[in-house]
Amino acid sequence: MIRRRSLIPIIYIIFLMLPIYWLVNMSFKTTNEILGTFSLFPLEFTLENYKTIFTDSTWYLGYANSLLYVMINTALSVCVALPAAYAFSRYRFLGDKHLFFWLLTNRMAPAAVFALPFFQLYSSVGLFDTHVAVALAHTLFNIPLAVWILEGFMSGVPKQLDETAYVDGYSFQAFFVKIFIPTIASGIGVAAFFCFMFSWVELLLAKTLTAVVAKPIAATMTRTASTSGYELGLLAAAGTLTIIPGAFVIYFVRNYIAKGFALGRV
Amino acid sequence: MNKTVNQKAWFFVTPVLILVAFNAIIPLMTVVNYSVQETFGDNTFFWAGVLWFQEVLNSSRFHEAMGRQLLFTFSILAIEIPLGVIIALAMPRKGPWVSVCLVLMAMPLLIPWNVVGAMWNIFALPDIGLLGRTLNELGFDYNFTRQIGDAWFTLLLMDVWHWTSLVVLLAYAGLVSIPDAYYQAAKIDGASNWSIFRFIQLPKMKRVLTIAILLRFMDSFNIYTEPFVLTGGGPGNSTTLLSIDLVKIALGQFDLGPAAAMSLVYFLIILLLSWVFYTLMMRDEEQ
Repeated sequence: MIRRRSLIPIIYIIFLMLPIYWLVNMSFKTTNEILGTFSLFPLEFTLENYKTIFTDSTWYLGYANSLLYVMINTALSVCVALPAAYAFSRYRFLGDKHLFFWLLTNRMAPAAVFALPFFQLYSSVGLFDTHVAVALAHTLFNIPLAVWILEGFMSGVPKQLDETAYVDGYSFQAFFVKIFIPTIASGIGVAAFFCFMFSWVELLLAKTLTAVVAKPIAATMTRTASTSGYELGLLAAAGTLTIIPGAFVIYFVRNYIAKGFALGRV
Repeated sequence: MNKTVNQKAWFFVTPVLILVAFNAIIPLMTVVNYSVQETFGDNTFFWAGVLWFQEVLNSSRFHEAMGRQLLFTFSILAIEIPLGVIIALAMPRKGPWVSVCLVLMAMPLLIPWNVVGAMWNIFALPDIGLLGRTLNELGFDYNFTRQIGDAWFTLLLMDVWHWTSLVVLLAYAGLVSIPDAYYQAAKIDGASNWSIFRFIQLPKMKRVLTIAILLRFMDSFNIYTEPFVLTGGGPGNSTTLLSIDLVKIALGQFDLGPAAAMSLVYFLIILLLSWVFYTLMMRDEEQ
Protein backbone atom coordinates (compact mmCIF):
# COMPACT_ATOMS: atom_id res chain seq x y z
CA MET A 1 0.00 0.00 0.00
CA ILE A 2 1.36 3.39 -0.94
CA ARG A 3 0.23 6.27 1.21
CA ARG A 4 -0.71 9.43 -0.62
CA ARG A 5 2.01 11.38 1.16
CA SER A 6 4.80 9.24 -0.24
CA LEU A 7 3.71 10.19 -3.76
CA ILE A 8 5.54 13.51 -3.45
CA PRO A 9 9.04 12.02 -2.99
CA ILE A 10 8.31 9.41 -5.66
CA ILE A 11 7.29 12.03 -8.23
CA TYR A 12 10.28 14.16 -7.31
CA ILE A 13 12.70 11.23 -7.71
CA ILE A 14 11.17 10.37 -11.10
CA PHE A 15 11.69 14.00 -12.15
CA LEU A 16 15.33 13.74 -11.03
CA MET A 17 15.92 10.52 -12.89
CA LEU A 18 14.40 11.53 -16.24
CA PRO A 19 17.30 13.64 -17.61
CA ILE A 20 19.81 11.09 -16.27
CA TYR A 21 17.87 8.32 -18.00
CA TRP A 22 17.89 10.28 -21.24
CA LEU A 23 21.66 10.71 -21.04
CA VAL A 24 22.24 6.99 -20.38
CA ASN A 25 19.77 6.12 -23.14
CA MET A 26 21.67 8.25 -25.64
CA SER A 27 25.02 6.81 -24.63
CA PHE A 28 23.93 3.42 -25.98
CA LYS A 29 22.74 4.80 -29.31
CA THR A 30 24.66 5.42 -32.50
CA THR A 31 24.96 9.03 -33.66
CA ASN A 32 22.76 8.25 -36.66
CA GLU A 33 20.02 6.90 -34.48
CA ILE A 34 20.16 9.90 -32.14
CA LEU A 35 19.78 12.36 -34.98
CA GLY A 36 17.46 10.25 -37.14
CA THR A 37 14.84 8.70 -34.88
CA PHE A 38 13.17 9.49 -31.58
CA SER A 39 12.85 6.52 -29.25
CA LEU A 40 12.60 6.02 -25.53
CA PHE A 41 15.19 3.24 -25.56
CA PRO A 42 18.07 2.32 -27.89
CA LEU A 43 16.83 0.44 -30.99
CA GLU A 44 20.31 -0.57 -32.14
CA PHE A 45 22.03 -1.13 -28.81
CA THR A 46 25.72 -0.22 -29.14
CA LEU A 47 28.70 -0.12 -26.80
CA GLU A 48 30.79 1.67 -29.43
CA ASN A 49 30.76 5.00 -27.52
CA TYR A 50 32.12 3.43 -24.36
CA LYS A 51 34.68 1.48 -26.35
CA THR A 52 35.99 4.73 -27.83
CA ILE A 53 36.41 6.23 -24.38
CA PHE A 54 38.21 3.25 -22.91
CA THR A 55 40.61 2.87 -25.83
CA ASP A 56 41.45 6.53 -26.55
CA SER A 57 44.03 7.82 -24.10
CA THR A 58 42.86 11.47 -24.24
CA TRP A 59 39.55 10.23 -22.86
CA TYR A 60 40.55 7.77 -20.17
CA LEU A 61 43.50 9.87 -19.02
CA GLY A 62 41.00 12.67 -18.50
CA TYR A 63 39.30 10.53 -15.86
CA ALA A 64 42.62 9.69 -14.24
CA ASN A 65 43.56 13.38 -14.15
CA SER A 66 40.27 14.42 -12.59
CA LEU A 67 40.40 11.69 -9.95
CA LEU A 68 44.02 12.48 -9.14
CA TYR A 69 43.59 16.19 -8.46
CA VAL A 70 40.33 15.58 -6.62
CA MET A 71 42.07 13.14 -4.28
CA ILE A 72 45.05 15.43 -3.66
CA ASN A 73 42.67 18.26 -2.92
CA THR A 74 40.51 16.19 -0.55
CA ALA A 75 43.48 14.91 1.45
CA LEU A 76 45.07 18.35 1.68
CA SER A 77 41.85 20.19 2.59
CA VAL A 78 40.84 17.78 5.34
CA CYS A 79 44.34 17.59 6.87
CA VAL A 80 44.76 21.35 7.28
CA ALA A 81 41.12 21.91 8.21
CA LEU A 82 41.21 19.49 11.17
CA PRO A 83 43.39 21.55 13.56
CA ALA A 84 41.77 24.81 12.43
CA ALA A 85 38.27 23.49 13.06
CA TYR A 86 39.40 22.28 16.48
CA ALA A 87 40.69 25.75 17.31
CA PHE A 88 37.43 27.40 16.22
CA SER A 89 35.26 24.92 18.14
CA ARG A 90 37.24 24.94 21.41
CA TYR A 91 39.02 28.24 21.85
CA ARG A 92 38.38 31.92 21.71
CA PHE A 93 41.28 33.92 20.29
CA LEU A 94 42.02 37.34 18.92
CA GLY A 95 40.11 37.86 15.68
CA ASP A 96 38.55 34.40 15.60
CA LYS A 97 35.15 35.52 14.34
CA HIS A 98 36.65 37.76 11.66
CA LEU A 99 38.92 34.97 10.52
CA PHE A 100 36.01 32.56 10.29
CA PHE A 101 33.99 34.99 8.21
CA TRP A 102 37.00 35.77 6.01
CA LEU A 103 37.37 32.04 5.33
CA LEU A 104 33.70 31.87 4.41
CA THR A 105 34.04 34.77 1.98
CA ASN A 106 36.29 32.57 -0.10
CA ARG A 107 33.55 30.00 -0.32
CA MET A 108 31.38 32.81 -1.72
CA ALA A 109 33.92 34.12 -4.21
CA PRO A 110 32.76 33.66 -7.80
CA ALA A 111 35.17 31.37 -9.65
CA ALA A 112 34.79 33.64 -12.68
CA VAL A 113 36.51 36.45 -10.74
CA PHE A 114 39.52 34.24 -10.01
CA ALA A 115 39.93 32.53 -13.36
CA LEU A 116 42.35 35.00 -14.93
CA PRO A 117 44.43 35.88 -11.82
CA PHE A 118 44.75 32.17 -11.03
CA PHE A 119 46.04 31.50 -14.51
CA GLN A 120 48.70 34.19 -14.05
CA LEU A 121 49.58 33.18 -10.50
CA TYR A 122 50.05 29.49 -11.24
CA SER A 123 51.91 30.23 -14.47
CA SER A 124 54.34 32.48 -12.64
CA VAL A 125 55.15 29.84 -10.00
CA GLY A 126 55.58 27.22 -12.71
CA LEU A 127 52.64 25.03 -11.70
CA PHE A 128 50.49 25.61 -14.76
CA ASP A 129 49.06 22.38 -16.22
CA THR A 130 49.86 20.24 -13.19
CA HIS A 131 47.48 18.29 -10.97
CA VAL A 132 48.85 20.11 -7.94
CA ALA A 133 47.76 23.47 -9.40
CA VAL A 134 44.13 22.41 -9.70
CA ALA A 135 44.22 20.73 -6.29
CA LEU A 136 45.63 23.90 -4.71
CA ALA A 137 43.21 26.18 -6.54
CA HIS A 138 40.25 24.14 -5.34
CA THR A 139 41.38 24.49 -1.72
CA LEU A 140 40.17 28.10 -2.05
CA PHE A 141 36.57 26.98 -1.55
CA ASN A 142 37.11 23.49 -0.10
CA ILE A 143 39.18 24.44 2.96
CA PRO A 144 36.58 26.96 4.20
CA LEU A 145 33.86 24.39 3.65
CA ALA A 146 35.81 21.63 5.42
CA VAL A 147 36.50 23.95 8.37
CA TRP A 148 32.83 24.91 8.50
CA ILE A 149 31.61 21.28 8.47
CA LEU A 150 34.22 19.95 10.90
CA GLU A 151 33.65 22.83 13.30
CA GLY A 152 29.95 21.95 13.33
CA PHE A 153 30.65 18.30 14.13
CA MET A 154 33.33 19.13 16.73
CA SER A 155 31.05 21.55 18.55
CA GLY A 156 28.69 18.62 19.04
CA VAL A 157 31.37 16.75 21.04
CA PRO A 158 31.23 17.82 24.70
CA LYS A 159 34.33 19.48 26.07
CA GLN A 160 34.35 17.05 28.98
CA LEU A 161 35.85 14.49 26.59
CA ASP A 162 39.00 16.64 26.22
CA GLU A 163 39.21 17.34 29.95
CA THR A 164 38.77 13.69 30.96
CA ALA A 165 41.54 12.65 28.57
CA TYR A 166 43.95 15.18 30.07
CA VAL A 167 43.09 13.97 33.59
CA ASP A 168 43.82 10.44 32.38
CA GLY A 169 47.31 11.61 31.43
CA TYR A 170 47.03 11.93 27.69
CA SER A 171 49.18 14.53 25.99
CA PHE A 172 47.40 16.82 23.53
CA GLN A 173 48.80 15.02 20.47
CA ALA A 174 47.90 11.58 21.82
CA PHE A 175 44.40 12.77 22.73
CA PHE A 176 43.83 14.33 19.31
CA VAL A 177 45.00 11.33 17.30
CA LYS A 178 43.80 8.45 19.50
CA ILE A 179 40.56 9.80 20.93
CA PHE A 180 39.32 12.91 19.20
CA ILE A 181 39.77 11.89 15.55
CA PRO A 182 37.98 8.53 16.01
CA THR A 183 35.15 10.35 17.83
CA ILE A 184 34.46 12.66 14.92
CA ALA A 185 35.24 10.07 12.23
CA SER A 186 31.80 10.51 10.66
CA GLY A 187 32.38 14.26 10.45
CA ILE A 188 35.72 13.70 8.71
CA GLY A 189 34.00 11.34 6.28
CA VAL A 190 31.38 13.96 5.53
CA ALA A 191 33.95 16.73 5.08
CA ALA A 192 35.99 14.53 2.74
CA PHE A 193 32.81 13.76 0.80
CA PHE A 194 32.08 17.45 0.30
CA CYS A 195 35.64 18.25 -0.75
CA PHE A 196 35.47 15.42 -3.23
CA MET A 197 32.12 16.60 -4.49
CA PHE A 198 33.00 20.25 -5.08
CA SER A 199 36.37 19.47 -6.60
CA TRP A 200 34.77 16.88 -8.87
CA VAL A 201 31.98 19.11 -10.16
CA GLU A 202 33.98 22.32 -10.61
CA LEU A 203 35.18 22.98 -14.12
CA LEU A 204 35.92 26.64 -14.77
CA LEU A 205 39.12 26.78 -12.68
CA ALA A 206 40.20 23.24 -13.57
CA LYS A 207 39.88 24.09 -17.25
CA THR A 208 41.68 27.43 -16.93
CA LEU A 209 44.64 25.89 -15.10
CA THR A 210 45.30 22.95 -17.40
CA ALA A 211 46.21 22.45 -21.03
CA VAL A 212 47.32 18.91 -21.87
CA VAL A 213 48.99 16.97 -19.07
CA ALA A 214 46.43 17.48 -16.33
CA LYS A 215 43.33 18.11 -18.45
CA PRO A 216 40.19 17.04 -16.57
CA ILE A 217 37.59 14.79 -18.17
CA ALA A 218 34.95 17.48 -18.15
CA ALA A 219 37.18 19.76 -20.25
CA THR A 220 37.89 16.95 -22.70
CA MET A 221 34.14 16.68 -23.15
CA THR A 222 33.66 20.35 -24.00
CA ARG A 223 36.42 20.27 -26.58
CA THR A 224 35.16 17.14 -28.28
CA ALA A 225 31.66 18.51 -28.45
CA SER A 226 32.81 21.63 -30.24
CA THR A 227 35.61 20.42 -32.53
CA SER A 228 34.57 17.10 -34.00
CA GLY A 229 31.06 18.11 -34.90
CA TYR A 230 28.42 17.05 -32.47
CA GLU A 231 29.12 13.52 -31.38
CA LEU A 232 26.21 13.28 -29.01
CA GLY A 233 26.55 9.58 -28.30
CA LEU A 234 30.16 9.95 -27.23
CA LEU A 235 29.32 13.03 -25.17
CA ALA A 236 26.49 11.14 -23.45
CA ALA A 237 28.73 8.15 -22.69
CA ALA A 238 31.42 10.40 -21.21
CA GLY A 239 28.77 12.22 -19.17
CA THR A 240 27.34 8.95 -17.88
CA LEU A 241 30.79 7.85 -16.74
CA THR A 242 31.27 11.09 -14.76
CA ILE A 243 28.16 10.28 -12.72
CA ILE A 244 29.55 6.95 -11.48
CA PRO A 245 32.26 8.16 -9.04
CA GLY A 246 29.72 10.51 -7.45
CA ALA A 247 27.13 7.76 -7.01
CA PHE A 248 29.86 5.58 -5.52
CA VAL A 249 30.91 8.08 -2.84
CA ILE A 250 27.32 8.97 -1.93
CA TYR A 251 26.76 5.33 -1.08
CA PHE A 252 29.53 5.43 1.54
CA VAL A 253 28.20 8.46 3.36
CA ARG A 254 24.48 7.71 2.93
CA ASN A 255 23.80 7.55 6.68
CA TYR A 256 25.45 10.90 7.40
CA ILE A 257 24.49 12.71 4.26
CA ALA A 258 21.57 14.67 5.71
CA LYS A 259 23.54 15.77 8.76
CA GLY A 260 26.50 16.57 6.55
CA PHE A 261 24.54 18.93 4.36
CA ALA A 262 23.43 20.69 7.52
CA LEU A 263 27.17 21.14 8.28
CA GLY A 264 26.73 19.18 11.49
CA ARG A 265 24.54 21.97 12.86
CA VAL A 266 21.23 20.31 13.56
CA MET B 1 29.65 25.89 24.43
CA ASN B 2 31.79 28.06 26.68
CA LYS B 3 35.16 28.45 25.03
CA THR B 4 38.40 29.23 26.81
CA VAL B 5 40.54 32.12 25.65
CA ASN B 6 43.75 30.73 24.18
CA GLN B 7 45.86 32.78 21.80
CA LYS B 8 47.97 29.74 20.93
CA ALA B 9 45.00 28.53 18.91
CA TRP B 10 46.46 30.69 16.14
CA PHE B 11 49.04 27.95 15.53
CA PHE B 12 46.21 25.58 14.65
CA VAL B 13 44.77 27.89 12.06
CA THR B 14 48.09 28.92 10.49
CA PRO B 15 48.22 26.17 7.78
CA VAL B 16 44.71 27.05 6.66
CA LEU B 17 45.58 30.72 6.71
CA ILE B 18 48.68 30.26 4.54
CA LEU B 19 46.98 28.11 1.92
CA VAL B 20 43.83 30.19 1.62
CA ALA B 21 45.78 33.45 1.66
CA PHE B 22 47.97 32.24 -1.21
CA ASN B 23 44.85 31.48 -3.23
CA ALA B 24 42.76 34.42 -2.17
CA ILE B 25 44.91 37.45 -1.43
CA ILE B 26 47.39 37.33 -4.34
CA PRO B 27 44.69 36.90 -7.03
CA LEU B 28 42.48 39.49 -5.34
CA MET B 29 45.36 41.99 -5.30
CA THR B 30 45.93 41.25 -9.00
CA VAL B 31 42.31 42.11 -9.65
CA VAL B 32 42.52 45.29 -7.59
CA ASN B 33 45.67 46.20 -9.49
CA TYR B 34 44.02 45.80 -12.88
CA SER B 35 40.92 47.64 -11.81
CA VAL B 36 42.77 50.95 -11.38
CA GLN B 37 45.02 50.75 -14.44
CA GLU B 38 44.81 51.12 -18.19
CA THR B 39 46.80 48.92 -20.56
CA PHE B 40 47.26 48.73 -24.31
CA GLY B 41 48.23 45.09 -24.23
CA ASP B 42 52.03 45.45 -24.29
CA ASN B 43 52.46 44.97 -20.54
CA THR B 44 52.71 48.69 -19.87
CA PHE B 45 50.15 50.03 -17.44
CA PHE B 46 48.91 53.53 -16.71
CA TRP B 47 47.07 54.75 -13.65
CA ALA B 48 43.39 55.04 -14.45
CA GLY B 49 41.94 55.81 -11.01
CA VAL B 50 38.28 55.05 -10.63
CA LEU B 51 37.61 55.27 -14.37
CA TRP B 52 36.69 51.60 -14.78
CA PHE B 53 34.46 51.64 -11.73
CA GLN B 54 32.57 54.62 -13.12
CA GLU B 55 32.30 52.92 -16.47
CA VAL B 56 31.02 49.64 -15.00
CA LEU B 57 28.55 51.23 -12.60
CA ASN B 58 27.10 53.39 -15.38
CA SER B 59 27.04 50.81 -18.15
CA SER B 60 23.66 49.49 -19.15
CA ARG B 61 25.27 46.14 -19.98
CA PHE B 62 26.21 45.66 -16.33
CA HIS B 63 22.80 46.82 -15.11
CA GLU B 64 21.06 44.37 -17.41
CA ALA B 65 23.28 41.44 -16.40
CA MET B 66 22.71 42.35 -12.75
CA GLY B 67 18.96 42.53 -13.31
CA ARG B 68 18.92 39.10 -14.93
CA GLN B 69 21.08 37.76 -12.10
CA LEU B 70 18.74 39.07 -9.41
CA LEU B 71 15.70 37.73 -11.26
CA PHE B 72 17.35 34.33 -11.56
CA THR B 73 18.50 34.15 -7.94
CA PHE B 74 15.20 35.25 -6.41
CA SER B 75 13.18 33.00 -8.73
CA ILE B 76 15.10 29.89 -7.81
CA LEU B 77 15.03 30.78 -4.09
CA ALA B 78 11.26 31.29 -4.28
CA ILE B 79 10.80 27.89 -5.96
CA GLU B 80 13.45 25.72 -4.34
CA ILE B 81 13.03 26.63 -0.67
CA PRO B 82 9.25 25.91 -0.35
CA LEU B 83 9.48 22.92 -2.68
CA GLY B 84 12.38 21.47 -0.72
CA VAL B 85 10.49 21.86 2.57
CA ILE B 86 7.37 20.18 1.12
CA ILE B 87 9.37 17.21 -0.16
CA ALA B 88 11.29 16.88 3.13
CA LEU B 89 8.00 16.87 5.08
CA ALA B 90 6.66 14.06 2.90
CA MET B 91 9.76 11.88 3.19
CA PRO B 92 9.74 8.77 5.37
CA ARG B 93 11.52 9.22 8.74
CA LYS B 94 12.47 5.60 9.35
CA GLY B 95 12.93 2.38 7.48
CA PRO B 96 14.88 1.14 4.47
CA TRP B 97 13.43 3.73 2.10
CA VAL B 98 15.22 6.60 3.83
CA SER B 99 18.64 5.65 2.46
CA VAL B 100 17.22 4.97 -1.00
CA CYS B 101 15.55 8.38 -1.08
CA LEU B 102 18.63 10.22 0.18
CA VAL B 103 21.05 8.53 -2.21
CA LEU B 104 18.80 9.08 -5.26
CA MET B 105 18.08 12.67 -4.31
CA ALA B 106 21.74 13.50 -3.81
CA MET B 107 22.63 12.23 -7.30
CA PRO B 108 22.25 15.54 -9.18
CA LEU B 109 24.55 17.27 -6.69
CA LEU B 110 27.51 15.10 -7.69
CA ILE B 111 27.32 15.47 -11.44
CA PRO B 112 29.97 17.81 -12.89
CA TRP B 113 28.37 21.12 -13.74
CA ASN B 114 29.12 21.08 -17.41
CA VAL B 115 27.65 17.57 -17.64
CA VAL B 116 24.50 18.97 -16.00
CA GLY B 117 24.37 21.63 -18.71
CA ALA B 118 25.07 19.15 -21.51
CA MET B 119 22.54 16.68 -20.09
CA TRP B 120 19.81 19.31 -19.99
CA ASN B 121 20.74 20.52 -23.43
CA ILE B 122 20.22 16.99 -24.81
CA PHE B 123 17.10 16.52 -22.67
CA ALA B 124 15.48 19.77 -23.81
CA LEU B 125 16.37 19.84 -27.52
CA PRO B 126 13.08 20.34 -29.37
CA ASP B 127 13.71 17.60 -31.95
CA ILE B 128 15.62 14.82 -30.15
CA GLY B 129 15.25 15.64 -26.45
CA LEU B 130 12.66 13.96 -24.26
CA LEU B 131 11.41 17.20 -22.69
CA GLY B 132 11.47 19.31 -25.85
CA ARG B 133 9.87 16.65 -28.00
CA THR B 134 7.16 15.91 -25.43
CA LEU B 135 6.26 19.59 -25.03
CA ASN B 136 6.07 20.03 -28.80
CA GLU B 137 3.95 16.90 -29.20
CA LEU B 138 1.59 18.31 -26.58
CA GLY B 139 1.12 21.37 -28.75
CA PHE B 140 3.46 23.88 -27.10
CA ASP B 141 5.74 25.79 -29.40
CA TYR B 142 8.85 25.06 -27.36
CA ASN B 143 12.38 25.90 -28.49
CA PHE B 144 14.84 27.04 -25.83
CA THR B 145 17.52 28.06 -28.31
CA ARG B 146 15.24 30.55 -30.06
CA GLN B 147 12.68 31.84 -27.60
CA ILE B 148 13.61 33.86 -24.54
CA GLY B 149 10.75 32.60 -22.38
CA ASP B 150 11.56 28.98 -23.14
CA ALA B 151 15.25 29.57 -22.42
CA TRP B 152 14.40 30.98 -19.00
CA PHE B 153 11.95 28.18 -18.30
CA THR B 154 14.61 25.58 -19.11
CA LEU B 155 17.25 27.41 -17.11
CA LEU B 156 15.05 27.62 -14.00
CA LEU B 157 13.87 24.03 -14.37
CA MET B 158 17.49 22.88 -14.67
CA ASP B 159 18.46 24.72 -11.50
CA VAL B 160 15.46 23.34 -9.63
CA TRP B 161 16.46 19.88 -10.81
CA HIS B 162 20.06 20.42 -9.82
CA TRP B 163 19.76 22.06 -6.41
CA THR B 164 16.35 21.43 -4.78
CA SER B 165 17.81 18.26 -3.26
CA LEU B 166 20.22 20.39 -1.23
CA VAL B 167 17.25 22.14 0.41
CA VAL B 168 15.49 18.79 0.89
CA LEU B 169 18.52 17.25 2.61
CA LEU B 170 18.97 20.26 4.89
CA ALA B 171 15.30 20.49 5.83
CA TYR B 172 15.20 16.73 6.36
CA ALA B 173 18.19 16.90 8.71
CA GLY B 174 16.29 19.51 10.72
CA LEU B 175 13.13 17.39 10.82
CA VAL B 176 14.74 14.14 12.00
CA SER B 177 16.31 16.00 14.94
CA ILE B 178 12.83 16.63 16.43
CA PRO B 179 12.20 14.14 19.29
CA ASP B 180 9.06 11.97 19.06
CA ALA B 181 7.87 13.38 22.38
CA TYR B 182 7.11 16.72 20.68
CA TYR B 183 4.72 15.05 18.27
CA GLN B 184 3.07 13.04 21.04
CA ALA B 185 2.53 16.19 23.06
CA ALA B 186 1.05 17.90 20.02
CA LYS B 187 -1.27 14.95 19.47
CA ILE B 188 -2.51 15.09 23.06
CA ASP B 189 -3.18 18.81 22.65
CA GLY B 190 -5.12 18.02 19.46
CA ALA B 191 -2.92 20.22 17.30
CA SER B 192 -3.71 20.41 13.58
CA ASN B 193 -1.12 19.50 10.92
CA TRP B 194 -0.68 23.18 10.22
CA SER B 195 0.05 24.10 13.82
CA ILE B 196 2.48 21.16 14.14
CA PHE B 197 4.27 22.58 11.12
CA ARG B 198 4.09 26.19 12.28
CA PHE B 199 5.06 25.72 15.94
CA ILE B 200 7.21 22.56 16.00
CA GLN B 201 8.71 21.76 12.62
CA LEU B 202 9.35 25.23 11.24
CA PRO B 203 11.20 26.54 14.34
CA LYS B 204 13.35 23.39 14.34
CA MET B 205 14.18 23.89 10.67
CA LYS B 206 14.96 27.57 11.02
CA ARG B 207 18.71 27.20 11.36
CA VAL B 208 19.17 24.67 8.55
CA LEU B 209 16.92 26.72 6.29
CA THR B 210 19.11 29.76 6.92
CA ILE B 211 22.08 27.67 5.79
CA ALA B 212 20.06 26.54 2.77
CA ILE B 213 19.21 30.10 1.77
CA LEU B 214 22.79 31.24 2.34
CA LEU B 215 24.26 28.42 0.22
CA ARG B 216 21.69 28.71 -2.54
CA PHE B 217 22.08 32.47 -2.65
CA MET B 218 25.88 32.36 -2.94
CA ASP B 219 25.96 29.52 -5.42
CA SER B 220 23.23 30.86 -7.67
CA PHE B 221 24.92 34.25 -7.75
CA ASN B 222 28.14 32.55 -8.85
CA ILE B 223 26.53 30.23 -11.39
CA TYR B 224 28.49 29.98 -14.61
CA THR B 225 29.02 26.57 -16.17
CA GLU B 226 25.48 25.19 -16.35
CA PRO B 227 23.81 28.13 -18.14
CA PHE B 228 26.90 28.60 -20.29
CA VAL B 229 26.71 25.03 -21.56
CA LEU B 230 22.91 25.00 -21.77
CA THR B 231 22.22 28.26 -23.59
CA GLY B 232 25.60 29.98 -23.97
CA GLY B 233 23.92 33.10 -22.57
CA GLY B 234 21.45 33.29 -25.44
CA PRO B 235 19.23 33.71 -27.30
CA GLY B 236 20.84 37.12 -27.73
CA ASN B 237 21.91 38.14 -24.25
CA SER B 238 18.72 37.01 -22.57
CA THR B 239 20.32 34.46 -20.22
CA THR B 240 23.72 36.13 -19.83
CA LEU B 241 24.09 36.12 -16.06
CA LEU B 242 26.82 38.06 -14.24
CA SER B 243 29.54 35.39 -14.32
CA ILE B 244 29.00 34.67 -18.00
CA ASP B 245 29.26 38.36 -18.83
CA LEU B 246 32.38 38.68 -16.70
CA VAL B 247 34.17 35.78 -18.37
CA LYS B 248 33.18 37.18 -21.78
CA ILE B 249 34.81 40.51 -20.94
CA ALA B 250 37.88 39.12 -19.14
CA LEU B 251 38.86 36.05 -21.16
CA GLY B 252 36.98 36.76 -24.38
CA GLN B 253 37.76 40.41 -25.05
CA PHE B 254 40.70 40.62 -22.62
CA ASP B 255 39.45 43.98 -21.30
CA LEU B 256 41.29 43.56 -18.03
CA GLY B 257 40.43 46.91 -16.45
CA PRO B 258 36.65 46.84 -16.82
CA ALA B 259 36.56 43.10 -16.06
CA ALA B 260 38.51 43.63 -12.84
CA ALA B 261 36.34 46.55 -11.76
CA MET B 262 33.25 44.49 -12.49
CA SER B 263 34.69 41.54 -10.52
CA LEU B 264 35.19 43.72 -7.47
CA VAL B 265 31.72 45.25 -7.60
CA TYR B 266 30.24 41.78 -8.10
CA PHE B 267 32.25 40.30 -5.24
CA LEU B 268 31.36 43.16 -2.88
CA ILE B 269 27.64 42.67 -3.52
CA ILE B 270 27.89 38.96 -2.73
CA LEU B 271 29.98 39.73 0.32
CA LEU B 272 27.52 42.27 1.66
CA LEU B 273 24.44 40.09 1.26
CA SER B 274 26.23 37.02 2.61
CA TRP B 275 27.38 39.00 5.63
CA VAL B 276 23.76 39.85 6.40
CA PHE B 277 22.75 36.17 6.22
CA TYR B 278 25.80 35.09 8.23
CA THR B 279 25.13 37.59 11.00
CA LEU B 280 21.54 36.41 11.23
CA MET B 281 22.68 32.81 11.44
CA MET B 282 25.31 33.43 14.11
CA ARG B 283 22.86 35.45 16.20
CA ASP B 284 20.55 32.42 16.23
CA GLU B 285 23.39 30.18 17.25
CA GLU B 286 24.28 32.31 20.24
CA GLN B 287 20.75 32.32 21.60
